[in-house]
Amino acid sequence: MPPFVAAGDAPTWAERGRDAAGIALIALLLGIPMIGLTTVDQGGALRVLTRWPLLAAFVAAVFCGRLLLRHALDLLKRRRRGRPGAAAEDEESGRRGVRMIGWAGWLAFGAALVLPLVFSDNRYVVDTATTVLIYVMLGWGLNVVVGLAGLLDLGHAAFYAVGAYAYALLSTQFGWGFWAALPVAGLVAAVFGLALGWPCLRLRGDYLAIVTLGFGEIVRVALVNWTDFSGGPNGISSIPRPSFFGLPFAPSGDAPTFAASFGLEFSPMHRIIFLYYVILALSLLTNALVSRLRRLPAGRAWEAMREDEIACRALGMNVTNVKLSAFALGAMLGGLAGVFFAARQGFISPESFTFNESAIILSIVVLGGMGSQLGVVLASLVLVLIPEIGRDFSEYRMLLFGAAMILIMVWRPGGILSRREPTLRHAAAEGGHA
Amino acid sequence: MPETGAAGRATPLLSVERLTMRFGGLAAIDDLSMDVPANRITAVIGPNGAGKTTFFNCLTGFYKPTAGSVRLNHPERGALRLESLPSHEVASLARVVRTFQNIRLFSKMTVLENLVVAQHNVLQRASRFSLAGLLGLPSYRRAEARALDKAADWLRRLGLLDKADVPAGGLPYGTQRRVEIARALCVDPLLLCLDEPAAGLNPRESGELNELLLRLVEEARLTLLLIEHDMSVVMNVSDHICVLNYGRKIAEGTPEEIRNDPQVIKAYLGEEDAGDTFWTVLTGTRS
Amino acid sequence: MALALQQLINGLTLGAVYGLIAIGYTMVYGIIGMINFAHGDIYMVGAFIAVTGFTLLAALGVDSVAFALLVVLVMAVSFTSAYGWAVERLAYRPLRGSTRLAPLISAIGMSIFLQNMVQLTQGARVKPVPPMITGGVDLLTVDGFTARLSYSQILIVTVTVALLAAFTWLITRTSFGRQQRACEQDRTMTALLGIDVDRTISLTFMLGAALAAVAGVMVTVYYGVVDFYIGFVAGIKAFTAAVLGGIGSLPGAMLGGLLIGLIEAFWSNYLSAEYKDMATFGILILVLVFRPSGLLGRPEVEKV
Repeated sequence: MPPFVAAGDAPTWAERGRDAAGIALIALLLGIPMIGLTTVDQGGALRVLTRWPLLAAFVAAVFCGRLLLRHALDLLKRRRRGRPGAAAEDEESGRRGVRMIGWAGWLAFGAALVLPLVFSDNRYVVDTATTVLIYVMLGWGLNVVVGLAGLLDLGHAAFYAVGAYAYALLSTQFGWGFWAALPVAGLVAAVFGLALGWPCLRLRGDYLAIVTLGFGEIVRVALVNWTDFSGGPNGISSIPRPSFFGLPFAPSGDAPTFAASFGLEFSPMHRIIFLYYVILALSLLTNALVSRLRRLPAGRAWEAMREDEIACRALGMNVTNVKLSAFALGAMLGGLAGVFFAARQGFISPESFTFNESAIILSIVVLGGMGSQLGVVLASLVLVLIPEIGRDFSEYRMLLFGAAMILIMVWRPGGILSRREPTLRHAAAEGGHA
Repeated sequence: MPETGAAGRATPLLSVERLTMRFGGLAAIDDLSMDVPANRITAVIGPNGAGKTTFFNCLTGFYKPTAGSVRLNHPERGALRLESLPSHEVASLARVVRTFQNIRLFSKMTVLENLVVAQHNVLQRASRFSLAGLLGLPSYRRAEARALDKAADWLRRLGLLDKADVPAGGLPYGTQRRVEIARALCVDPLLLCLDEPAAGLNPRESGELNELLLRLVEEARLTLLLIEHDMSVVMNVSDHICVLNYGRKIAEGTPEEIRNDPQVIKAYLGEEDAGDTFWTVLTGTRS
Repeated sequence: MALALQQLINGLTLGAVYGLIAIGYTMVYGIIGMINFAHGDIYMVGAFIAVTGFTLLAALGVDSVAFALLVVLVMAVSFTSAYGWAVERLAYRPLRGSTRLAPLISAIGMSIFLQNMVQLTQGARVKPVPPMITGGVDLLTVDGFTARLSYSQILIVTVTVALLAAFTWLITRTSFGRQQRACEQDRTMTALLGIDVDRTISLTFMLGAALAAVAGVMVTVYYGVVDFYIGFVAGIKAFTAAVLGGIGSLPGAMLGGLLIGLIEAFWSNYLSAEYKDMATFGILILVLVFRPSGLLGRPEVEKV
């Protein structure tokens, strides 16, 4: 919630009550057309239905919620004002935070490694974890473009789609295997990234966002309508699943299978777990690549360009190359994630690559804290798990999703983890203290 | 031909000929010719809006001049026409590097990172488009160590070593100015163009700036071109001064000549406030 | 010939609606430099309020179409403005002065929230509204095809023109308009002059929402169907219109809207209806690449 709290002393309960009443009045106004009134279809004609008790409950809830929130904010503020050394403490806690982030990263890595072994008979958990990892990988890919290079990309799903369709077509039409198609599809997506990047070179931030959005829609519309090529709205089905380096996951038969070769009893979970490890390996590879690049001239150039493009030019940097490399790499990583997605689902259609998908990926990067690799993991967890947890009251899950996006942004505009780690340290170079 | 100042009888490092830059009907620079002698400090002064920053933007490829030429006599590459180069090549090929009036540091990056980014082209070549860098080959690691050494060296010379790991955006204004100069120096410039390096500095800091500029010319054999309002800097360090007004050159010469030029005095006295300050400095009535 | 005339009429009608929505985008962009991603959904909220309003009036036995229209317009404009105000207050104001991306993400979140809120409270099904304004004028018949100007199209164009006139007056002649334009130029300076910038921004959002609500009512009358997803596509097209016309420019938004409407109408008729969205976006990209300041926007000189 926004910091409505005024400066000065804590307000009295009467003041708080007045404030909450004002908010409740607005809630009433907003609620009348949406909650108080609704229309239902009755035999082709609409009829108005009133829900005044529900509206009253809503307004009362807003009133009480506002009172409590206000009270909590005041308490928080008073406690903060009580501590004079807050700034120094912040610095210290920040340093501790960096160490903790390091630990958290390793912890997450360990948990990711053992997760399918612990839940080896729980398909739902492994499947959800695989979904989280797909978003982690997509987020890490987009992080190069948005987080590091500062280029606002609202059409990342297009590259995801390109990768997925490239694999789907290569495998169903030409019989390519997963591992052979993976690099090729990645390259195709990178070429698309360059094709998008080229016209965008001169554009400023928000215009770039809209052009990328338009590009994403163009790709989707083309996939929907170019039926001969993409199967249209029906998509492409029976895409071959990846095999264990040539050994299919199938019940024992004539050909050698995974289960038979390793002397295991066949179980459909084998493939689920294998897929999980494939995406885990792909995302770890992505992470290694991006983290390493960040410490190389290419990565530093991205960050420098995000900070000040004109200064980059004045220092002799060819900004065109810097931008295009970011677009190409981001697109390639998105494409790789797409290949995996197609292989995992076995069926793809343009439905999976709408603007909403791009918006979710971008939210993961921004909510996590632009440029922060672990932030992407956290945000992916939050954004995938909110709808999953909300499955019991499934109508509310996207509502919660939208609300969570607003709340997290208002709470931490820089993202959950917004601290930037330097890529170089003087202390390390000199061996002395900094 | 433009007259050559007392300082540079030899071939100048930079010659500007009949440079004109128009925005719509307005000529921000009007038929400007001047020379910048090598290994000297040349200052461009003039009232606000005289076209000084526009002049820098034309030199460094940010604006394409409407007419005229800017020739750089590069010791290795021969004569280069700066006005036809894109801005990044002005820095990377011609090694003409500039700073900005409204400091442009990479503010979230540390001071050291700022200085290493300035060596991007060298490092990028050494990293073989990131391949050698990704593999951690010794050739790249050596190049990186050299870059860090160079950065640390300039930081030491500019008294910034203790700020190396601090995000540049959080530093005080005067320090940021020095960081920007240090960053420009990491490009190994032949000609360093400083856009109001003393703006916002206190008297002690601008005294230090004077020393730094003189040292750069003496020790690092640099050529400096500066835009400056602070007359204590201009008059004390410049070998050669060029005065602009409404985009035209109205005077050129040594500080002594400029001090006594009736045209200059008139241009500055035309504006009341700026004129007063300028007048007091020119005539030395203010210490 | 008659077919072309028909497409011209259809395109202008559609364009008027896009233009009304586009003004909201362009004003908000002008004043706080952000893309109000939820604006398309504000328009959708307006359309839903119109559906409820028309149904309610029909149930109350009102048969005068003009009266019903007037009441529904007032209703939609007031409630939707409240939504515009609340969106700004909740999702954007706390983020003013932070990074450029934060409000954009918050806006995307708001768009998702509004869509799902409407889906939940009003249902996911398409809402049909019986046609209220039927009939029209036959203009031209060539080779058995008759170009027809329907009364609802006349209504949309008339209302749009009237609103634009009122709006131009508001922005150019009133004290609010001056404050609004001052905020666009320099918010800090405006605040120093004692103008309540927060209030001006809130009012800008409310005005944008009001125009979007009018567009929502018009669409309800014209097409007779509304669902919770109409805001997304209309929003993106209207934004395209705003950019095409030159973002920040009010006449530009209207011109952009009309052009997008015409392009869509002619493209779907003569080339392919399936690829009409692609045409819109293709044009958007071309405009941005070759004339980033739009048709009526002022070109920007790069500040170094």
